[in-house]
Amino acid sequence: MEIIVCLKQVVDPELPARDFAIDPATRRQVREGRPLVISTYDENALEVALQLKDRVGGKVTALTLGPQGVVGDAIRLALAMGADEAVAVDDDHGVGLLGVEKARVLAAAIRRIGRFDLVLCGCESADWVERVVGPLLAEALAAACVTFVSRIELRNGALLVRRMADEGFHQLEVRLPAVLSVTSDETNRPRLPKVKDIMTARRKPVQVWPMADLSGTSPTGMRRASRSATWRCLSGRRAASSSRVMPPYRSPR
Amino acid sequence: MAGICVIAGALDGKLSRSSLELIGGARMLQGPLGQEVAAVLLGHGPGLAEAAADLHRDGVGTVYRCDHPLLTAGQTDAVLVAGEHVVRRTRPEVVLIAADTVGRELAPRLAYRLRAALATECVELGVEDGAIVVRRQVYGGRALATLVVRTQPAVLSVKPHALDVPQPAPVAGTVEDVSVAIDVGALPTRVREVLREQAELGLEDAQIVIGGGRGLGGPDGFALLAELAKQLGGAVGASRPPTDAGWVPVNWQIGQTGKTIRPALYIAVGISGATQHIAGVTGSRTIVAINRDPEAPIFSIAHLGIVGDYREVVPALIAKVKELKGA
Repeated sequence: MEIIVCLKQVVDPELPARDFAIDPATRRQVREGRPLVISTYDENALEVALQLKDRVGGKVTALTLGPQGVVGDAIRLALAMGADEAVAVDDDHGVGLLGVEKARVLAAAIRRIGRFDLVLCGCESADWVERVVGPLLAEALAAACVTFVSRIELRNGALLVRRMADEGFHQLEVRLPAVLSVTSDETNRPRLPKVKDIMTARRKPVQVWPMADLSGTSPTGMRRASRSATWRCLSGRRAASSSRVMPPYRSPR
Repeated sequence: MAGICVIAGALDGKLSRSSLELIGGARMLQGPLGQEVAAVLLGHGPGLAEAAADLHRDGVGTVYRCDHPLLTAGQTDAVLVAGEHVVRRTRPEVVLIAADTVGRELAPRLAYRLRAALATECVELGVEDGAIVVRRQVYGGRALATLVVRTQPAVLSVKPHALDVPQPAPVAGTVEDVSVAIDVGALPTRVREVLREQAELGLEDAQIVIGGGRGLGGPDGFALLAELAKQLGGAVGASRPPTDAGWVPVNWQIGQTGKTIRPALYIAVGISGATQHIAGVTGSRTIVAINRDPEAPIFSIAHLGIVGDYREVVPALIAKVKELKGA
């Protein structure tokens, strides 16, 4: 089973509110000096991939997109957790890309990686929460699509997945190749790498591809779906909720 | 290219509540854009007649009705085939989709196929200077992003419960039956089983919600919350750590990934206040937080905070509620 897991680096969403700021020029969150982490559900996606590999064999490739200077941490963690190799699309300007634009680049990278049975990603990113990358990748790669998947198993060559749904859960049978977006549950808590794994990870292959190369070779797939000028982000303003701060008081005992 | 088209799901046999919310959204755009509102009604069985009547009652003129045995709960691939068929024929300027289980997959995929502009999980829709403007929560609810639609068509998905169900505005509408060929063999995904859990939970509709977090320390703490909820006539939910740990079912989760709630009273117990959770509760009218850690971020959004051990505070609350009810 060839599995590609897409990982996104985001500013730690649990950063204290006082460290949260919107850059008025880019209208995105200020990243400088803030700790970066792998977006929450992307780690669950990697865990699901690793568990499947443990059961049926195969290879897990971690794929990430971001400025080369900082994506190293995400790559190292993914390799230490158990990914076999990694591809980083180097992108100095891509931090502010919307989901449609990111999906276009990721689809091109996946085509260049070549063969795959499964592509996994988080069900949403911790920062922009668009929930579009999985479904857009599925369309661009002509693959099956299921979102908010918490468990997968291979039974008699068929992929069975459990999707979190409004009314409970759906059990689906899915044809390969497929793109699945993953949500968390008690079965896919990300493993903690051991010291030995961290050492081993250093010897695993990492490829860095400049984004410009990719968009040059990229088939038209995603481009036709989304022109980057389609949307104009006008403003990111602080939500009103932060204005109604009240100091906690001690309960009378 | 003209018109506003609502994808109205009746995949469970009756029109979904989020479909009605979409019609409210469509009517807000209708006036300023000078456009008609139509709907694609998708489902199977006798319930569709009533669903079409509901759409006319709420102001939808033309209903394109697709009745097919594969248009059932969770069957996104079939919904995509039917939705794409009608939208390609009617060429609306705007397509509105509820960001529910099916809609979350449908909206981006339909947008891709139509080469449409795409915005998902919107919480507000409007028209400014003749252009459609949407707002969506970003950064765990710490900010709202405003986006302007610059190309047509546009596919917009709207977060369930973000808009109100509209007041009736009956129109004499028409129903056009559209037959769509859906090749079952060509569908890459098939729903084999629908497992319903906690349908009686009613988290999103409850006026009082008690949420439990990691601070409860285990599943037992939720029994105490259930008792408080029973006394107050409310529902119990959870933040992400308890659902991830398997203390409570995943669909109890309140937050960005789970349910968005807007109750009159939300009591957060042992919840630190991760952005993931806050994003789903900021619409609550009054927020009460109970937590041992006075530095917990939940206190920054709470109207009333109690610093203390929930094992002492919650029983005291239950006793007080019982006393007041008895009086």
